[in-house]
Amino acid sequence: MSWMAWTQPTAIFFIIIALLLVTFTVLAIRFPETPRRGVLGIETTRGDRLFITLLGSAFINLAWLGVMGAAMQPWALLICLVYAAAVFRWV
Amino acid sequence: MEKTVNHKAWFLVLPVLVLVAFSAVIPLMTVVNYAFQDTFGNNVFFWHGLGWFEELLASDRMWNALWRQLAFSGIILAIEIPLGVLVALNMPKRGVWASVVLVLMSLPLLIPWNVVGTIWQIFGRVDIGLLGYTLNSLGISYNYTQNPAHAWATVIVMDVWHWTSLVALLAYAGLQSIPDAYYQAAKIDQASRWKVFRYIELPKMAGVLMIAVLLRFMDSFMIYTEPFVVTGGGPGNATTFLSIDLVKMALGQFDLGPAAAFSLMYFLVILLISWVFYTVMTNLDKRG
Repeated sequence: MSWMAWTQPTAIFFIIIALLLVTFTVLAIRFPETPRRGVLGIETTRGDRLFITLLGSAFINLAWLGVMGAAMQPWALLICLVYAAAVFRWV
Repeated sequence: MEKTVNHKAWFLVLPVLVLVAFSAVIPLMTVVNYAFQDTFGNNVFFWHGLGWFEELLASDRMWNALWRQLAFSGIILAIEIPLGVLVALNMPKRGVWASVVLVLMSLPLLIPWNVVGTIWQIFGRVDIGLLGYTLNSLGISYNYTQNPAHAWATVIVMDVWHWTSLVALLAYAGLQSIPDAYYQAAKIDQASRWKVFRYIELPKMAGVLMIAVLLRFMDSFMIYTEPFVVTGGGPGNATTFLSIDLVKMALGQFDLGPAAAFSLMYFLVILLISWVFYTVMTNLDKRG
């Protein structure tokens, strides 16, 4: 696979995404749920909330990078975790 | 009869998954991978971390292209949607003319993008183009190769010329699905033309109009061929939209790393806006 220049960090990133997808698929099969309506006023399932979390996290990371610079980037992950918790609790 | 739940059926979609992975998912992953690396050719890559993202976020180039793109999409939506609805309202409802008009309306949609670009590139030329020559003969100074405002006007009118009929056809389909009883009831109530439009036609068209907005937004946000053929992104960078800028970066300069980072941010914006549209659409349906 060296001709595609894969690197460890990108591999870890995609493995985490894949694991999340598998986990949520298993959860959806084992514990089916009915969609609920949260603060956004839209019906969401666990999968929708995961999507909102991941997409939002991408923007949080970019905004953080733009404002604070690359050296402070790990802190953006902390904000993303808080954001994820908020999305899963209230959206 | 009780339905049996058998999740093994999911294995039947495996071939599709493999195909999509091969043709879409893995190439996208490769772009993510390249966004964090730098290369000087020979397929040798160096880790560059968040460098490209940082550089792009701080540069005016991407932001300017993004604002131009948003302005372009906003302007063409603001023109095409009302104009398409207006055209649909005036199209004949039945008879021979309904078919004739439908065929005529779908003609611009059948023309390939680069041909539309070429048509307008020649049409607008000052020396041999009908539009450019006529305008200048009338004493109106018009030159889309030198004046940014003229270039913008040309690109916008071209997009309106090409795509308004899509909106019109969608709106027409929405209008055709309204039963006559609604109009009769409105007539009994002596509703004005405006009220018929506001309380009968518009709500009934809302679903298809959302689809029209989504389609036109997506398409205009990713527009490349037409402005590239007409203006080539110029004069200067006046009509360099996101995809034109991206191609310049990726293929013109062969800057794979920055172009990959640029693509990812472009993709995220499209994903976000499409999700918003999709969510609004599905929620409209549910209330509907």
